[in-house]
Amino acid sequence: MPERRSSFVVWASATLLALFYAAAIMAPVVAPYDFAMQNRAFPHCPPSSLHLNLSGDWGTGLFYTHPYVLADPVTRRYEEQISVRVPIHLFSGGHLFSTLPQDGKFFLLGTDGLGRDLFSRIVHGSRVSLFIGVVGVAISFTIGTLVGSIAGYTGGWVDNLIMRLVEVEMSLPSFYFLLALAAIIPASLSSAATFFLIVILLSFISWAGFARIIRGMVSSLREYEYVAAARALGATRWRILARHVIPGTFSYTIIAATISIPSFILGESALSLLGLGIQEPSASWGNLLADAQNVQNLVKYPWILTPGVFIFLTIMSFNFLGDYLRDRLDPRAMVR
Amino acid sequence: MLSYLVRRLLHMIPLLIGITLLSFLVINIAPGDYFSALKMNPSISPDTIREMERQFGYGDPLLLRYLKWLWSILHLDFGISVAYRVDIADLIAARAVNTMILAAGSMLVTWSLAIPIGIIVALRPNSITDRVLSFLAFFGMSLPSFFLAFLAMFAALRTGWFPIGGSFSVYYDSLPFWGKVADRLYHLWLPMIVLGIGGMASLMRLMRANILEIKQADFVRTARAKGLSERVVVGKHILRNALNPFVTLAGYELGNLLSGAALVEAVMNLQGLGTLMLDAVRSLDVYLVMGSVLIGSVLLLIGNLLADLALTLVDPRIDFTRLESAR
Repeated sequence: MPERRSSFVVWASATLLALFYAAAIMAPVVAPYDFAMQNRAFPHCPPSSLHLNLSGDWGTGLFYTHPYVLADPVTRRYEEQISVRVPIHLFSGGHLFSTLPQDGKFFLLGTDGLGRDLFSRIVHGSRVSLFIGVVGVAISFTIGTLVGSIAGYTGGWVDNLIMRLVEVEMSLPSFYFLLALAAIIPASLSSAATFFLIVILLSFISWAGFARIIRGMVSSLREYEYVAAARALGATRWRILARHVIPGTFSYTIIAATISIPSFILGESALSLLGLGIQEPSASWGNLLADAQNVQNLVKYPWILTPGVFIFLTIMSFNFLGDYLRDRLDPRAMVR
Repeated sequence: MLSYLVRRLLHMIPLLIGITLLSFLVINIAPGDYFSALKMNPSISPDTIREMERQFGYGDPLLLRYLKWLWSILHLDFGISVAYRVDIADLIAARAVNTMILAAGSMLVTWSLAIPIGIIVALRPNSITDRVLSFLAFFGMSLPSFFLAFLAMFAALRTGWFPIGGSFSVYYDSLPFWGKVADRLYHLWLPMIVLGIGGMASLMRLMRANILEIKQADFVRTARAKGLSERVVVGKHILRNALNPFVTLAGYELGNLLSGAALVEAVMNLQGLGTLMLDAVRSLDVYLVMGSVLIGSVLLLIGNLLADLALTLVDPRIDFTRLESAR
């Protein structure tokens, strides 16, 4: 019995993901500040309040905020200056929203211990966290399709050898192995290089399960008459694979890819959270959460958990989307 | 059965060699030298280091070093940890117990919640309860375990109802046996729930799908046509069959649990295999990493084996020849 997700949920998920990816691509515009800009006067500043300007005087903008002042630097107690109104300007100065430098700062989601704007860091960090999923899935599914279809189509000792290798990969305690792999990432590497190393590591530990399923599909697809016909017509092995066999696995691939993206995002977040992935001052959703590993920070400045909300929303959207695709494209064939 | 068991156990040997060889190659690419770290440590005598250098083949080619490590493992000698300055075997044993308790407990949480909920939901599909709970399942499925752990820590700190971090109290050693058990449970029940909730959602969805499928089966209609009461149809025919795949799943779930546990341990500051591995990787404690990976893989493979064995017990249609051909 196929499960019909209400289309509202699916559309909401798709829209949210589109928004997130658009924001990631246009990060310098969407983020009001640079991801590394430190405001030493505002360590662990709580989120600024956002008010709708109802005075009718639209010249000062639609929204305004009240600035914070650090009342006690030791306990990091802030006081909001209710009497002062700082207008928020939309689409000015090359940013989606910003305040004038002389007016004061606007921290939509608060700041971290160095006074860096959390929202800006989340937006910049989303470049890492969101694209690691897409790139990782692309790499691991390419390897999986290639290896799986070669094993499934060729059969014999090649198949046997590849499948034993796949078995080794699948019996690895993947997270432990990932930790061991992460040890080879030198801390001095640039963040772009680290990004690619992490993608490669995550792909390396996740292609095997997919290759096994593709192999199963290919070894049954190759028995079809249209494949025999292609062979009789003298098509080469690669042509048969590329034109007749592999396309038969695509509907599964699309579903599995959508469902697998979250595991890549989670893998990167986990590594960076543990300090083995993306390094400061670069941001990713995982290493932003590392701040919350300090118990004192967690209880006094709960807003530092917001990167986790973004991870959660992204993963939930991909899950809803994947479930919908599974219902639409492939009601029966999914085994898992 | 015995021959099947022996074959499965023999099959594990090449797998374990493959896994450890792969890990050994990887960890040795990392910059840094295990023995130079040992030498910097004044509490380890030069004799011990020389002994270890000979045992693990310091300066030998990589493959020879791997073989020497393998030889030591066969003699149940895992070497010495740089960071902890103790025998690795003892260290892993102590930590593995913690992680196993955590994993077993969270599995209990998951199963005792997910299966009843899955059943309730599947018996009345598309009702309000079903829709709400299925939606919540998506919610739970998407909540990363480490984020849930942070939220739990936050709740623990705010309410003060739970201990914060650690696997046991400072006065643990002075407690009587049952006091020790109670102390462990007191420290572990929040992590167990955190880890258990994560696996719950997907299990519940699977249970629901299983029951919905079996409800359509011919033998269920036959049972009803025979005039069996609804209670017997559901209890003996539907549930009995819907539960079978879960036995296999239990074994394979172990792998996910080990990974999930590592993160929860790290966030909630527990002493388990995961945090041990993390410390080992951070300090490039090569032989500790190798030992942890080996033990992790052994746990995983044994879990899978036990699951397959249990399946033959609950499902009489599956015997050992079937299992053999399914592989």
